[in-house]
Amino acid sequence: MSDKPKIAMYWASSCGGCEIALVNLHEKILDVDAAFNLFFCPCLVDTKTKDIEALADGELAITFFNGAIRTDENLEMARLLRKKSQILIAFGSCAVEGCIPALGNLVPAAKYFDPIYRDNLTTANPDNIIPLNKSEIAEGSLGIPLFLKKVRTLGQVTEVDYFLPGCPPEPHRIWQAVAALIAPDGPPPKGSVVGVGPSTVCAECRRERTDKKIRRFFRTYEIIPNQTECLLDQGILCMGIATREGCGGLCPEVNMPCTGCYGPPAGRLDQGARMTAAIGSILDLGEVKGLGEKELHGRIDQALGAIPDYAGTFYKYSLAGSILGGREKL
Amino acid sequence: MSTTFEAKVVGFLCNWCSYAGADKAGGAQKPYPHNFKIIRVMCSGRVEPEFVLEAFRKGATGVVILACHPGDCHYKTGNVIAAGRFRLLKKLLIQLGIDEKRLIMEYISASEGERFIEVITKTVRDLESLETAPA
Ligand code: SF4
Ligand code: SF4
Ligand code: FES
Repeated sequence: MSDKPKIAMYWASSCGGCEIALVNLHEKILDVDAAFNLFFCPCLVDTKTKDIEALADGELAITFFNGAIRTDENLEMARLLRKKSQILIAFGSCAVEGCIPALGNLVPAAKYFDPIYRDNLTTANPDNIIPLNKSEIAEGSLGIPLFLKKVRTLGQVTEVDYFLPGCPPEPHRIWQAVAALIAPDGPPPKGSVVGVGPSTVCAECRRERTDKKIRRFFRTYEIIPNQTECLLDQGILCMGIATREGCGGLCPEVNMPCTGCYGPPAGRLDQGARMTAAIGSILDLGEVKGLGEKELHGRIDQALGAIPDYAGTFYKYSLAGSILGGREKL
Repeated sequence: MSTTFEAKVVGFLCNWCSYAGADKAGGAQKPYPHNFKIIRVMCSGRVEPEFVLEAFRKGATGVVILACHPGDCHYKTGNVIAAGRFRLLKKLLIQLGIDEKRLIMEYISASEGERFIEVITKTVRDLESLETAPA
């Protein structure tokens, strides 16, 4: 077997987009292959968990761990790979801050399966069958991974060396992060967020900004944005202002508002709180002198009315990693 | 029902209005609930939404933001910005399973020492009955 340093990529609760992003390195993937032995990656190579278990501790040079911690199996794999890896990288939004799987944290755990297995209009489930951790059948007992009460990030269940955000991380940023790890002047300090810029998406966005004064918000289907002005200035809820720089401003470049996939900006804990702060400061409420509380708050609520699903919009990618992490009681 | 529950209430008070109002009440030796913990800020617009979420994460029963009356903010629009954030935070809290009544914003001027006492006494009482109310 090859004596190149071994690396691994593992998906926990994820969609597989991060693996696609890795393959999107295109011909650079050959450089990766020349330098490393991709020892374990269920999406691409055929080694199994038992092969990881057989390794000595720290025998994997680097593990890219994508996906959130939703099940007990995710948790076990996170701990196993931590033990076997010198460098563990939280790869992509799910591992870094929970991403879409973490939106489950808005629903009490007891109701988590209801929309799919019980309430869905096109589902008939008279026997009330829902996935169980263990089921006894004639041939013996069957098990599937147990759903944990709350979705957590990789960093919340084990020690992480580097964080690489993005849904998925942009290939040139993955390359940049890998290059930084093997740079002659040594890797970045442990715990760093890698493959990102210092500011927000706005710093990379080419649209013109003015003093923001928003009377109402529009959903994307309600308005055709002009091509040059900041989308938020036009009343379209662009999360770029509360999102970490890294992607190159891809979405606003093609007339789509940023939905926040690179997570909160550097030094910030909570993307939803950042977006709340931003929106609070750009509403155009007219003259307020002498206004009673009811009237003032009424004007605000009217301006905010067009925003659908506040938590789902502001925490689309970052709920598990946010200050509250989801519902107070799950 | 006998209530042994003691709320932990965090109040962010604007330096120019409600904090001065609280000072006035203090100067006049008016008692107010000891479990209302005051944090002085230069303007209600300084209250980052993170502060509020962090207070709830650390176990606050309620968070109170006291600001100058609309149009009277020392920095012109700080309180209007705070009000926008406050309304939006309430909507987020509902989705996060936190009773929105636990986040309160009131407008109190420097001369309203009496009103300061009334408002926070009532607020603390309301929060305590909220917590002890049978679910
Ligand atoms: S808010 Fe959106 S559209 Fe406006 S500058 Fe920032 S990224 Fe660009
Ligand atoms: S613009 Fe926003 S949503 Fe789009 S790729 Fe960049 S960070 Fe992600
Ligand atoms: S100075 Fe009092 S609210 Fe701004």
